[in-house]
Amino acid sequence: MVISQEMIDRLQRQFPNCTTSEALEQARVVVVRQDLQEVFQWLKEESGFDLLVDVTCVDYLNYRGAQQRFGLVYLLANTETSERLTLRVMLDETDLEVPSAVPTWEGADWLEREVWDMFGIHFTGHPDLRRILMPEEFIAHPLRKDYPLQGRGERHNFPVLTRQTGLK
Amino acid sequence: MAEGGTEVAIDLPDSVVISKLDKLASWCRKNSLWPMPFATACCGIELMATGASRHDLARFGAEVFRFSPRQCDLMIVAGRVVMKMLPVLQRIWQQMPEPKWCISMGACASTGGVFDTYCVVQGVDRFIPVDMYVPGCPPRPEQLIQAIIDLQDKIQHGGRLDGTEFNRITGEQSGRPLLELPVIGQTTNVPY
Ligand code: SF4
Repeated sequence: MVISQEMIDRLQRQFPNCTTSEALEQARVVVVRQDLQEVFQWLKEESGFDLLVDVTCVDYLNYRGAQQRFGLVYLLANTETSERLTLRVMLDETDLEVPSAVPTWEGADWLEREVWDMFGIHFTGHPDLRRILMPEEFIAHPLRKDYPLQGRGERHNFPVLTRQTGLK
Repeated sequence: MAEGGTEVAIDLPDSVVISKLDKLASWCRKNSLWPMPFATACCGIELMATGASRHDLARFGAEVFRFSPRQCDLMIVAGRVVMKMLPVLQRIWQQMPEPKWCISMGACASTGGVFDTYCVVQGVDRFIPVDMYVPGCPPRPEQLIQAIIDLQDKIQHGGRLDGTEFNRITGEQSGRPLLELPVIGQTTNVPY
């Protein structure tokens, strides 16, 4: 459902640094990183956004008109009123630390692990920030645009078993 | 009487058949292949269909799918193998007792298929030995059955009791092309 204008206004009054826009009947809010933790708290406690639907990330490397490299996206829902909200934080390469959403929404745990695995965004305060999809010993963050599609040889970095190895 | 009508010094009763030990062992092995279903993706569904009643793999003695590698001697890799799965595949291959064979089923297992990405291994034959490749995406059960029939042919004609056909050098010397399936309407002098 479309989010109410009143809700948007309240958000903007509370956090004057954020910018809001609308596309395809979806409200989108870009907040600054300093506010993020408070925004989480406020949205959950004061505004009833009790469901974190997804956490994901977009790499805007070489994207036309992009100012910053990463856009971290939180999709939120209010299960009582069915309102939905897209929350976004822009990040740049040198400093990829953001506060974890796990203290607010428990469900952020694996979602943030995936964003860490694929994009290398570091969530401070996450209880268990390990890779979730790639093997532990993997070094790169493969969904970044500057990572080659066919990898850097990781997929061929295994011992070769022959019949002889087995026959010993 | 053995093939070629070899003379033997002792009189054998009518109910005794003699053969070569190599042939006998290979005959036993080829007719009781126990597959290890390493089904990681959509090809696995065709693998299941092959084992089910319509296609009835039991006709070729290979219906006993076991999920313990210790009981298997035919690895069927059905589906793409990602780099996180490859160490598992290799471990399972090493756990299978000798003699053992491997069928790489489908485009993905044989070459990586369309999944030419950082995490998908481009053909399991780079890392484990493969005896038969089955093309297709997915191959039909008939194709997999044909691969098993061809593998049986390979085992029967190349197999040795002591497994020396697996030694790369002697194995290659004794290699022979597979028999062609008879074409309908054509007479062939090779009995299949
Ligand atoms: S070869 Fe085709 S059917 Fe088989 S695993 Fe690959 S994509 Fe699936």
